[in-house]
Amino acid sequence: MTLPAYVTQVQSAHPGVEASEFRGQTRLKVAPDRLFELLSALRNDHGFDMLADVTCVDYLTYRGATDRFGLVYVLVGTQTNERCIVRTYLNEPDLTVQSAVPLWKGADWLEREVWDMFGIRFRGHPDLRRILLPEEFTAHPLRKDYPLQGRGERHNFPVLTRSNS
Amino acid sequence: MPLSPASSSALDAHQAELAERDYLWTLNFGPQHPATHTTLRIVLKLDGERVVDAIPDIGYLHSGFEKIGEHLNYNQYVTVTDRMNYISPLANNVAWHHAVETLMGIELTPRCKYIRTIIAELARISDHLLSNGAVGLDVGAFTFFLYGFYQREVLYDIFEALCGARFTNSYTRTGGLMYDMTPLVIEKIRKFLREFPRTLDDMERLLNRNRIFVDRTKGVGVLTREEAISRSCTGPVARASGVTRDLRKDAPYLAYGDLDFEVPCSNVGDCYARYLVRMAEIRESLKIVAQALENLPSGPVNVGGDERIALPDKKQVYQTIEGTITHFELVMLNRGFTVPNEEVYAAIEAPNGELGFYLSGDGSDVAYRARCRPPSFIHFAIFPHLIRGHTLSDIVAVLGSLNIIAAELDR
Repeated sequence: MTLPAYVTQVQSAHPGVEASEFRGQTRLKVAPDRLFELLSALRNDHGFDMLADVTCVDYLTYRGATDRFGLVYVLVGTQTNERCIVRTYLNEPDLTVQSAVPLWKGADWLEREVWDMFGIRFRGHPDLRRILLPEEFTAHPLRKDYPLQGRGERHNFPVLTRSNS
Repeated sequence: MPLSPASSSALDAHQAELAERDYLWTLNFGPQHPATHTTLRIVLKLDGERVVDAIPDIGYLHSGFEKIGEHLNYNQYVTVTDRMNYISPLANNVAWHHAVETLMGIELTPRCKYIRTIIAELARISDHLLSNGAVGLDVGAFTFFLYGFYQREVLYDIFEALCGARFTNSYTRTGGLMYDMTPLVIEKIRKFLREFPRTLDDMERLLNRNRIFVDRTKGVGVLTREEAISRSCTGPVARASGVTRDLRKDAPYLAYGDLDFEVPCSNVGDCYARYLVRMAEIRESLKIVAQALENLPSGPVNVGGDERIALPDKKQVYQTIEGTITHFELVMLNRGFTVPNEEVYAAIEAPNGELGFYLSGDGSDVAYRARCRPPSFIHFAIFPHLIRGHTLSDIVAVLGSLNIIAAELDR
């Protein structure tokens, strides 16, 4: 399968964007500092008016991986019925990208979840607080160095016995 | 949790300024409240009875489903997807294995495709019966809810005959299904198709022109088309706002390409429109189930032994060398599937909207990353936008019409 026509236009307008294809899905790879530029071009010029999902993958234990985090934006065009997956790779210590909330309001909670689970900061996000975990939580649990089981928050709770309750 | 009123400042500075005024009430709604139906909390800023701002606080049911997905193999994780949207678990099973099969590049057998289509549509009916029933229940129509719940019981009986479990079905397997559909199930579904439309007529007669219900839902929680697209809404919520998008038509998966059905839409975008769209979708689902059931292809439900994906049946294991080898390869801990080192995003049209999984494979039979795109999470994000300016009593109507399932919201 060949890549759709808009990909060549995007690549000529934004040098450095790599395109690939797997199972009929178009993926674009971009540098983190060019991410917002690419997303706004895709939204404004190529009809990707809906953001389906924002997620992240931690490649800490992935065989052959060179980057730590892969940030994924899944875009949908409601008129063109196209899907495009935009990926960018981030490394410690600079885990900051520009937020996509000015483009899609739906990015608000999705980016908050990525911050909560992976600790990636979104510059320009209106309300970057934790969303699923309590605000006092210190770790980012979907990172691969966070264990599946272990002594967690519950072990710090005070135990009340019947006599002193 | 610091509930700063600056939560929506950049998006809506005027509303935040209103929220600053000190004569406003702060009311805590949830996390345990009969009308939230599930565990979620909303902090409301009230001006008398009028909602000035709503700050959702979620995470009470967060149980790390995505982290568990990195430690269970592709067939084991289907039990966890049951617990995400527990009012339509079969649709979640189908969505999960649709993503897994997209990652592995498996082409299902025709019979499996049709059976999955049937169960996904039955799950849609059971979801819409409960979500519309809950809207009715919250605004005072208790009879309507019981009519819907009685029919859900019939559907549970069908699911029980299908796979032995009523609630947490875990019916799909990679490359196939747990069991084939028996004639008993087909007979039960035929009976349901014969008898259910009468109840559906009754339900529509009860509520569609009911003065109290229409007054409580019409014009409440209006979502425009532009907002629906910008805020990533999908499913009935988006279609009630005029977004003509349905993955069953736009990206046909399973057997939907062969079947004749329509996609009900509305361009009003209020709670009443969402109710009507769901009711109309039930009728379309009945059409799909009837067609798929009458055209159910014969043949195996699992992909063959050459692919080494689904377990072969007992006769094959004992009597053929291919079956023995396949069985051995699949059950030995150091063997299992071969999965490409790739990533896919695959979604289906679940009852609640686009339910997608972003899967990252690393060669082993455990996903490296199993991200779920939960429609409830995305729809709950629009709740403050929908409720601003409405009264306190409209909260339950809006919450019910968005069909928030907290287990899927928090995962």
